[in-house]
Amino acid sequence: MDDVNISDQIDEDTQAAIDVNQSKGDFTYDVKHKYDAGVGLSEATVDYITDVKEEPEWIREFRKHGLKTFEDKPMPTNWATEDLNNIDFSKIRYYLSGGTKPTRSWDEVPDEMKETFERLGIPEQERAFLAGVEAQFDSEAAYSNMKEELSKKGVIFVGSTEGLKEHEEIFRPYFGKVIPTGDNKFSALNSAVFSGGSFIYIPKGVKLEQPLQAYFRINSESFGQFERTLIIADEGSEVMYMEGCTAPSFETSTLHSAVVELVALKGAKIQYVTVQNWSANVFNLVTKRGLAMEDAEIRWIDCNIGSRLTMKYPGVIMKGRRARGEVISIALANDGQHQDTGAKMIHAADETTSNVVSKSISVGEGRSTYRGQVHIPKHLKGCRNNTECDALLINSTSRTDTYPAITVRGNDHVTQHEASVSQVSEEMLFYMQQRGLNEGEAMSLAVNGFINDLVREFPMEYSVELKRLIDLEMEGSVG
Amino acid sequence: MSLVINNLHAKIADTEILKGVNLEIPTGEIHAIMGPNGSGKSTLSKIICGHEDYEVTAGTITMDGQDVLELDVDERSRAGLFLAFQYPMEVPGVSNANFLRAALQARLPKGEEIDAVKFYHTMYEKMDFLEMDRKFTGRAVNEGFSGGEKKRNEILQMMMLDPRYCLLDETDSGLDIDALKVVAKGVNSMRAENRGFLLITHYQRLLDYIKPDKVHVMADGQIVRSGGFELAETLEAEGYDFLKS
Repeated sequence: MDDVNISDQIDEDTQAAIDVNQSKGDFTYDVKHKYDAGVGLSEATVDYITDVKEEPEWIREFRKHGLKTFEDKPMPTNWATEDLNNIDFSKIRYYLSGGTKPTRSWDEVPDEMKETFERLGIPEQERAFLAGVEAQFDSEAAYSNMKEELSKKGVIFVGSTEGLKEHEEIFRPYFGKVIPTGDNKFSALNSAVFSGGSFIYIPKGVKLEQPLQAYFRINSESFGQFERTLIIADEGSEVMYMEGCTAPSFETSTLHSAVVELVALKGAKIQYVTVQNWSANVFNLVTKRGLAMEDAEIRWIDCNIGSRLTMKYPGVIMKGRRARGEVISIALANDGQHQDTGAKMIHAADETTSNVVSKSISVGEGRSTYRGQVHIPKHLKGCRNNTECDALLINSTSRTDTYPAITVRGNDHVTQHEASVSQVSEEMLFYMQQRGLNEGEAMSLAVNGFINDLVREFPMEYSVELKRLIDLEMEGSVG
Repeated sequence: MSLVINNLHAKIADTEILKGVNLEIPTGEIHAIMGPNGSGKSTLSKIICGHEDYEVTAGTITMDGQDVLELDVDERSRAGLFLAFQYPMEVPGVSNANFLRAALQARLPKGEEIDAVKFYHTMYEKMDFLEMDRKFTGRAVNEGFSGGEKKRNEILQMMMLDPRYCLLDETDSGLDIDALKVVAKGVNSMRAENRGFLLITHYQRLLDYIKPDKVHVMADGQIVRSGGFELAETLEAEGYDFLKS
């Protein structure tokens, strides 16, 4: 039902451009996995993962509770798309790893994994502008390294397994607290089978000048990737974390279901930047939420391209006075894709401020949905929220829906909500074409113009990549 | 070398708009088309550029011998045809500089990149000439521009793209006298042996600043009179009613 059939409407040049796009992430290496939890999900799967990873018993219990919760919770199709019912949990492989520990040097990374990340440009980016990188291949990180001066300052940047084993005293108090296991069916699933992801701790007052980056790569077919990330920014510290994701185009669908928890203590700042470019058969069902204490700030900067279905509503719980939360998001839904994204802003202290700016582009038969929740209870004073969501429809078959839910009680708050739906008009296209741009170039320029103010929020290196991805996605949109 | 329109018929939906237009604009000349509202003069410029709303039912358009009708809108532009719009469109979020750059880039062979330093140098030079603030380069195309700013911007684009045939659709409408003089200065600076112009206007006012070689009068989808500048003066004095006499 989700065949991508734009190819018969477009010319060869355009097809070539699209092929380039797909080929960037569309390759796979035949990797022999030392550890494979097999197909399907049961208590044995969970035990297998815990045993292989040699985890403490409290994690085994955490996982089992996750499994039970996952099994008990219905699929949320009462509000979300029926397409969720097409995920066959009995056909997914939940844990695949080569059994090697992440190395601190690219030279020690197994060849096929090293080649994967080199083709994706990760080592090059690390040299150019990153403070640290973690590169995950299926279930486990292949590489994890950080600049030495940061270790000396006490910064911790390791995989989740190492985090829970080696840094339990910092890890355990926050793990699963921002997003409880039972938050939703997929956070429960992640709690049962999580592997990989980052654990980051930034000590008091330490401000990272360069970003930390994680790259999540799915290499194997019929595989589910369930990374788990926890970032704790101690008082007055600052960190920017960036994640990129790709997977090859497989015949069968792939599941990516991450949980990301952020904790910004008093006066800390966390920026979490995502650029995902999943292939068109990935179910991407991710739960992301941050806890911001007094004077702290959490910003989610999110760009969703690709996937069959993305459901992602980054949130901020503003628990301390004057805390700030922000979600900046761009979504592009092409043929056969549904980007169901949004934001959750939970005000839980006085004078807290939240800002949501969401822009979506629907191409062909693509569908984008915005779901927003803003919650300001009655007993609070001086809270502010601004929500803007704009949708751009490219073709007459494109679709967008908006479901904002703003609950504001009490009369000492300021909220503002704006929404718009627009199209690239025929007259605008004629104008641009009259200046010599072909239809595809004109459309790309118009789309880039639409999201221009948000693209600026991304780090330079990502915004260039973003523009390129969008150009390539748009070239197939006219025929 | 000329832009030749021969027995052009065109319709929108079921309404015939052009009913056999004949016109030849040689390079080196400026022609003006005047005519009452609804005569089809603005439509003519859109049809020459290939607007999809209109269907050409008969006749030909050639540019230096090349069949224009078989080209797409953007191909016509790259072949040397430029239309200064009566109502220039806004392109939100796209800066003037990026828009012009994309338009110039589209004219280069694949793999060739525009020289950014040279591009800005040329653009600033032309902006200074048109008395435009350099801050315009960073503003989104026509967004929040006044009528006069939009028209100046059209002339800037025309100067940058260096077309062989320039069509100006009611460029004088909504302009105060200072803006009109600047626009005329731009057009006059582009007058050249290898370039032709077609000015479409309702009033003689523009022609006081841009002296045409020939004036045509359009009515009900046809060119009904052609002459020199004196034809424009007659129209101004007697109004379009004189056509009926």
